Amino acid sequence: MRGLIAVIVLAVLAAGLAFCLAEIPFGRDIGDVGGRYVEQGVQETGAANVVTSVVVGYRGFDTLGEVTVLFIAAMGLGAVLYGRRPSGGRREKPSLILSTGCRFLFPLIMVFGAYVFIHGHLTPGGGFQGGVIAASAFLLMYLGCGGKRIHRATLGAVESLAGLAFVIAGLAGLAVGGYFLMNVLPKGTVNQLFSAGIIPVIYIAIGLKVGSELAGIVENLLEVTE
Amino acid sequence: MAETLLVLAMLGVAICACVFRDLLSAVIASAVVSLIAAVLFFCLHAPDVAMAEASIGAALTTALFVIAIRKTTRFEEEEK
Repeated sequence: MRGLIAVIVLAVLAAGLAFCLAEIPFGRDIGDVGGRYVEQGVQETGAANVVTSVVVGYRGFDTLGEVTVLFIAAMGLGAVLYGRRPSGGRREKPSLILSTGCRFLFPLIMVFGAYVFIHGHLTPGGGFQGGVIAASAFLLMYLGCGGKRIHRATLGAVESLAGLAFVIAGLAGLAVGGYFLMNVLPKGTVNQLFSAGIIPVIYIAIGLKVGSELAGIVENLLEVTE
Repeated sequence: MAETLLVLAMLGVAICACVFRDLLSAVIASAVVSLIAAVLFFCLHAPDVAMAEASIGAALTTALFVIAIRKTTRFEEEEK
């Protein structure tokens, strides 16, 4: 009986979706917003990477919301796992290959992550991707470099300061030009490292915030007892 | 042609991820789905999305799931 109801509900939903989607032409640009971003995004924001000019330039406020969602998720995980005792020294010792590889690879992965989020306005990638790469370096460290830890207070401080930097960059635009996240710094020459005004500043803040948040999540999960 | 093969492989691995009773195998299969999706995004000239998909979907999420499986049980129980 429940299966029958599920099938009927699914059929109704599928019919409704098909009815709505049939009206929309497929593969044709019906608005002119996308075309404008592609044609004038580079001149207007100064960022050589068009995706970055949309994510941080035109849609910077949405990105602030995204970062907030990630922050709330990390905080929720911390709240769920709060108060569990850390699981002592029961962990297996990492093998020679893992510990040597960890010592050798950790700095390289960190540098790559920093490169990705510092060059977010020039090359593919940006704050989120670079932050995740940095967090995966921390994951490797937790697994391989037996017992090395980063203080939670340090992670929390980096995360809070980075979030604060994002909001301050936005408020500076509000104070100088009259709207939130306005690009107040000079745009410079396209394709230079110091170009695109506040976009690299914001992306570096996002990279640090995402990296420290995800490293904190990994640490929280690894520490907890079963 | 290559993209068709990739999409078919992705479908196959995704079905595997749903069917496997061994949760570790299912997690690895879903990581492979993310990896193929990243390659597809790259073929479609979206390197930004491909990087995000590869680093989040294939690397970090898989690691978190493996940690979670290690702290709980590895095999899915039969439904009663």
